[in-house]
Amino acid sequence: MQAWDIAFKALHAGYDDYTVLRNINANLPTGKISVILGGSGCGKSTLLRQIIGLSRPLSGAVMIGGKDIFALSHAEFRKMRRQMGVLFQDGALLGALTLAQNVALPLSEHLKLSKALLRKAALRVLRMVGLENFADFYPNQLSGGMRKRAGLARAIITEPRILLCDEPTSGLDPITAARMDALLRSMHTHYQDMTLVVVSHDLASLRAIAQHVLIIKDGSTIFAGTPKAMEASTNPYLQHFLRRETDERNTDTHTPIDANIRASLDKWLES
Amino acid sequence: MILLRTFPAALGRYWLNSTAAVGNLTLFMLSGLYQIFTTRKIFPRTLQQVYIIGHKSLFVILLIGAFCGMVIGLQGYYTLVQFGSVGMLGSAVSLTLIRELGPVLTAIMLTGRAGSSMAAEIGVMRITDQIDALDVMDISSLAYLVSPRLLASLISFPLLTAIFDVIGIFGGYTTGVLLLNVNEGAYFYRIASSVTMTDIGGGFIKSVVFGLLVTTVCCHQGYNAHHRRDSVGPAAVGNATTSAVVISCVLILVSDYALTSFLL
Repeated sequence: MQAWDIAFKALHAGYDDYTVLRNINANLPTGKISVILGGSGCGKSTLLRQIIGLSRPLSGAVMIGGKDIFALSHAEFRKMRRQMGVLFQDGALLGALTLAQNVALPLSEHLKLSKALLRKAALRVLRMVGLENFADFYPNQLSGGMRKRAGLARAIITEPRILLCDEPTSGLDPITAARMDALLRSMHTHYQDMTLVVVSHDLASLRAIAQHVLIIKDGSTIFAGTPKAMEASTNPYLQHFLRRETDERNTDTHTPIDANIRASLDKWLES
Repeated sequence: MILLRTFPAALGRYWLNSTAAVGNLTLFMLSGLYQIFTTRKIFPRTLQQVYIIGHKSLFVILLIGAFCGMVIGLQGYYTLVQFGSVGMLGSAVSLTLIRELGPVLTAIMLTGRAGSSMAAEIGVMRITDQIDALDVMDISSLAYLVSPRLLASLISFPLLTAIFDVIGIFGGYTTGVLLLNVNEGAYFYRIASSVTMTDIGGGFIKSVVFGLLVTTVCCHQGYNAHHRRDSVGPAAVGNATTSAVVISCVLILVSDYALTSFLL
């Protein structure tokens, strides 16, 4: 059986001449839920784009199942990508299609199936994410959380070996976020050999689902290991992050407002 | 001294960028055209686009065609009457419309009506990760979004141009024959005697070329909205739409001159 672990080898990535990720060396084990954690703008989503192959690294390699995905031929890469399901931050559902059509899209585009069978397949995964009653709704008629769940349904309809989720709980209320975590856990229980990679900055989510953790700070890895080892880590940044404390060096950032702006503001507020 | 150093460099950079942009646009169009033949479900999507580009633009084309023909009829009448050649009005209206104004005005109207919508729709899909989502699902975004639009344009532009021409000729008839009492028989006889298949073929070729240009430029601008250097996010979509319309209109007029030179 082929392993679907993901490994980064001396990975440098970024945009144009701006390097976001520096020398990432890490492994996301096959069949586990790995959470890539880090503050806003640290490069988590950039790392995810490297795994999907939407951006090429500046140097280094992304290995999936021992193969460098950027050294594969176009046909081999497409074959590899068929084994991936991706949940984008806002679901990335096509606005012109209903939920059922969106969810069935990977099947309807690649397989010759009847409309009835496609709908049946779409309803099955929509039921898994609790949206079977919204099958004929359009994405703009749904809330953010529902769009994410629908995006998840679309990502799993082909039963991929790797499921990648970009900030699945961001912008959700705690109850909906907890429901999303439960959903991801149940996905993993349902598809046991699926490698699940979740990019997040949500600590509650991390503690609820993670079996393996990769923490990034300013584009570099500062921790990779189990959640237990993470909690026991003595890394000061990690401790601040886990306790949701500010970095003491950055606490005294308050500078008084410019006097002219204050005066103009007062005048405007009184008007 | 600095100017001597920087000016050639800037000129070279501009030239290289322009060449790269033209090459990029050409490859984009060729890939889109190629994928017409390799994509499943191209016909239902093309029909949908024919409805959007063709059917939804029909009313505006009818309106512009009618008034355009009426204005040419009016202007033509008062010019020809000075030379005692009012009988030539049918020729003047029909040849002006079939050779030039029909293809050009139809293409410009479709750029504003359908091209801008293509650029905006694809641009929004780009900035909301929908295009990335298609690619990740191993669905070619070019085949899904661009190829049906290209094929639909190849069908819709010539058809709408033909409708524009016919309505324009009746617009000229309304002014010339019904309002200014030009002889009806002379009007239609002159059309039949002066319009040749070469004129109609020329107009058809122009409309096909304009259709390809407009659709390629508009789809390309939307598709690459995230690469714009002047703006990001929704502003990039807005700017991409503006660029799509401006570039398309300029290209229509430039290529019209080039095509007319070859066809005459």
